[in-house]
This record gives sequence, C-alpha cells and structure tokens, in this order.
Amino acid sequence: MKVIISILICAFIVFIGITSVSARDFNYQLKANKVAKDTYVFVGKTEDFSFTNGGNIVNTSFIVTKKGVVVIDTGPSLRYGQQMKLAISEITDKKIIAVYLTHHHPDHFLGNQAFKGIPIYALAGTMSNIRNEGAAFTDNLYLMVGDWMRGTDVYEPTLTVEPSLISIGGHHLEILAYEGHTNSDMAILDHSTGVLFSGDLVFHNRTLTTPHANIAEWKKTITILQELPFTALVPGHGPVSNNKKVLNEVLDYLTWLDMSLKQAAETGLSMAEAMEIELPRRFLSNALLKKEFSRSIIHLYSSYENRVFTSVN
Amino acid sequence: MKKLGLLICCLLSSYACFADKLVTDPFASVQWDDMNAAFLQGKPVEFDERVKVKTPSFAENPMSVPVTVDATELANVEQIIIFADFNPIPLIARYYPSNTEAELSFRFKIQQSSPIRAAVLTDDGVWHVGGAWIDSAGGGCTVASTGRLVGDWADKLGNIYGKRWRAPNKDRIRFLINHPMDTGLVSGIPAFFIEELSFMTEEGELLAKIELFEPINENPVLTFDFKATNPTSTILMVGSDNNGNEFSAEFKP
Repeated sequence: MKVIISILICAFIVFIGITSVSARDFNYQLKANKVAKDTYVFVGKTEDFSFTNGGNIVNTSFIVTKKGVVVIDTGPSLRYGQQMKLAISEITDKKIIAVYLTHHHPDHFLGNQAFKGIPIYALAGTMSNIRNEGAAFTDNLYLMVGDWMRGTDVYEPTLTVEPSLISIGGHHLEILAYEGHTNSDMAILDHSTGVLFSGDLVFHNRTLTTPHANIAEWKKTITILQELPFTALVPGHGPVSNNKKVLNEVLDYLTWLDMSLKQAAETGLSMAEAMEIELPRRFLSNALLKKEFSRSIIHLYSSYENRVFTSVN
Repeated sequence: MKKLGLLICCLLSSYACFADKLVTDPFASVQWDDMNAAFLQGKPVEFDERVKVKTPSFAENPMSVPVTVDATELANVEQIIIFADFNPIPLIARYYPSNTEAELSFRFKIQQSSPIRAAVLTDDGVWHVGGAWIDSAGGGCTVASTGRLVGDWADKLGNIYGKRWRAPNKDRIRFLINHPMDTGLVSGIPAFFIEELSFMTEEGELLAKIELFEPINENPVLTFDFKATNPTSTILMVGSDNNGNEFSAEFKP
C-alpha cells in the first residue's frame, strides 16, 4: 500500500512538473489567418497586457509578394518576433525583405530584434518617439507581462519612410501618414488586394487607448480613412473587418469621449467623479470599456479642465 | 465590591472586543499600526464605509493619481487626514472643513502600490477611516517634476486658474496652482511645496483650511465644496509655501 501511495505521489509531482513547464514555454501560439490573397494576420486577444497572454493583444501582419515577405509590426517582445518569423516560414519559404512599423507603442515594435539585418521602416515621428520613449515602454512591459519579455530590448527602426506609393513583387503599397492615436501613425493600403492596415487608428470590439492621443486629429483621420477604397480592414487590435462600420464605431466613441469630457469639465467634476459617468450601452460590447475610459480621463481630462479654468489671481 | 470588580471586568472585556473589532484593517496593511500611531493620536478608530475614497484601482500616472474623498454622510466633521501607507512620505493632506461639505478632490504622487486612506474626525472624538487600494508601477515621488525638467517652473510659480460653480445650497470651487511641489526625495532638489491654503467669505468668515504636504501633485488641482455661502459674496483664498511665497485668489460669484 505504502509503495502505491509513494508511486502516486511521485506521479503527481511529475505531472505538476510537466504542466508547469508547458505553462512556461512562452509560446504565443501564433496562427496566421489568411484575410486576402497573399495577406495574413496574427490576430491578438482583445485583452490588456497580462502574465497569461504575454502581450499577445495586438495584430501583426505579413504580405507574401513575389519578391519576398513584407511584415507589418513586430509585436510586444523578442520571443513574439521570433515566433512570428517561424510562423511565417510555415506559410512561405520566401525571405522577409521589409518590415514596416505603424507607430511607436511597445506592443507594435518590441519584436524588432528578431528582424535584425532586414530593413525596418517607420515614419520620422515614430523613429524619434521610439528613441525617446522606447526604453521606458520596455521597462513597463517587463512589469506587466514578466518573463515573456526575456531578452527584449529596444531595437530602433533602421530607415525612415515618407508617405509614398511602393511597388514590391506585384503589390502596390501606399504608405499613409496620419496622427490622432499618436502624433505619428502609419497606415498601409495595399491597392493590389484592397486591404487597409490601419495600425492603432482603428480598434475593433475593443475600447480605444489614448495615452498619446489627440482626439480632434484622430477624428479627422477617421473621416479620411472612410474615403479610402478598401475591402478589408486590419485594425491594430481586434478582428479583421470587411466593412466601414468599424470606422463609424471608432468615430462614434471618439465623439462621445470628447463631448463627455468637455461636459464633465464644464460641470465642475473632479477626475475621480468623471470616471463614474454612465457609459452608453452601445459601447458595452467593446472590451475593457470601463478601464480604458478611466485611463483616458487620466490622459486627457487636464486639457479639458484648462479650457474651463480662467485666471483667478 | 465583588460586583464592582465584575463590572470592571465586563467593561474591560467588552472594550477589548470593541477595540479588536475596530482596528481590523480591511487592507491588512503592515503599516497600519504605525499610521494609526503617527496620525490618529490614540483616539478611537472605526473603519467606516460612509467615508468614500474614490480613485482608480491602478495608477496610470504615478505622478498624478486622482482622488475624491466624500464623507458627506457623516455629521460634524472636524478634520480629515489623508495618507498613503506605503509612500515614503505618507501624509498627503489635513483638511479642516469648518463651514464646508466634508468632501474634497486632489491628485497625488504614489511611490508604490499602497492603500490610500481618509481618516475623518467627528466631534465625538472618533476617527472614521475609509480607503482604497491603488496598484502602481511606482516611482511618482522620486522623479523630478516636469517643471524642473523643462526649467520653466519659476516663470509660472503661483499662477492660479480656476472656476466657481453654484449648486443649490453649495458652491464648488476648482483650481490649479502652478507649483513644482518638490518632495525633497530627488537628489539636489530640496522639498518645496505649498503648505497651507485657507478659504473665507468676503465678510471674513473662515470656510475651511487645508494643509498640503509633499506628495500632492505638481501644479495641484484641488476641488472644494462650501455650503451656506452667500451666492453673491466672493470666496477668497490665501496660502503659502514652505519658502514663504504667498498666494491669493478670488472666486467671484
């Protein structure tokens, strides 16, 4: 009897050992979803950063052209970048020939190290933003997702790109420069497939984040995107969309956010009071609504207060 | 005599039970006993849900965490002490709402995850304590103020911007004072902060007084509600910092 118990205990310990190892192999389980001819997206979760998701909360993409593979955004960590390369090599044996970064937020560029030796393009504004804020972003992600980040460091984009039309291996890519989500947001329209890669100018089924946002500029940008001839839209976060409804939703939220903060400041609410504003039902289907609204107040409310305050001394 | 002894025993044991119940900290903070000893002067303490501390559960910006304290459900409030257990300088503010709603809003610097507490002293000599837990990546107290980094703080020092709102039976004022509010914890930058602000009516009646400490955010934004003020009378504010600079402002009806 004692022997059986000992064996069971040993087996149990081994079992625990195995399960904990598999939970710690830091596999993002990246699966390339084909969204159009030659075009694939790794769709992340619509969650906040966590030790469980390792920062896989972002969409990254690639286009397989005749000349080679074009990658759009590199994800939140070195491990993500490496696993992305591996997943791409399961779809095509073509080489990766270029990487484009939509903007300077850490979940979009901290996989860069895995693409060393390949030209990494970014808008000039994104370039300097990464230089100024990249290190702090990296520290912050280590805190939020832990060991998934091991070995990750800032690797700056190697080349600046300006708004232009680029032809690569049969694909006509239009590089578009906007602002709103940050002061330097790139979108890419592939005229050959009709796919628009919007970066974080568009979130789908997930509440917008605003740490570097300019709401007025962002609204202008969305109205420009509405005029673009795309058939599929790859947002920075959330599922791929095949219609313009997602743009209307983004515009609707930005307009509501702007109005609500203006009204709260004019009514004299404190920041903590403004966080208790009732949130419209139509936004409830977007992940993290309450949390992101609170964060947006921290990011944006002071500027609304300053418009209400006048000199009193 | 026996009866008296029994009575004393009963009283002591009931007091012990009473006391035990009262000092159970809902946040189980290891700093609580020290906070209690440092700020609450040995008076009886109750953890009381009527003292509401509204703040986000995560410090998105550790340099400026917004807090609203609402103790308006308690009558006859004499003093509100606000502190964060795990801050290197725990004491944030002491508010004396003489003729005021027991409610105020401010922003403060947080150094690491910590409870923030509002201890409200009522005229029966009891502290009513409310609080909230704030998670933080930290660093708010030991980073130089933006004004120091940019170097323009001296040009703006003491500028005050604000507004007054009239609601039935009360007036709200909100304002921003340009001040670096240096904690003294950054190497080479001594503590430099607004120490005191007083509010009074045009007729000279004191409405409230607040003592501020180092953790209050750079360019403080404060909110106060005054009851029973004359809607046609100007609310006056005077104050000073620890370097002797004086501030004054007028909130016209």
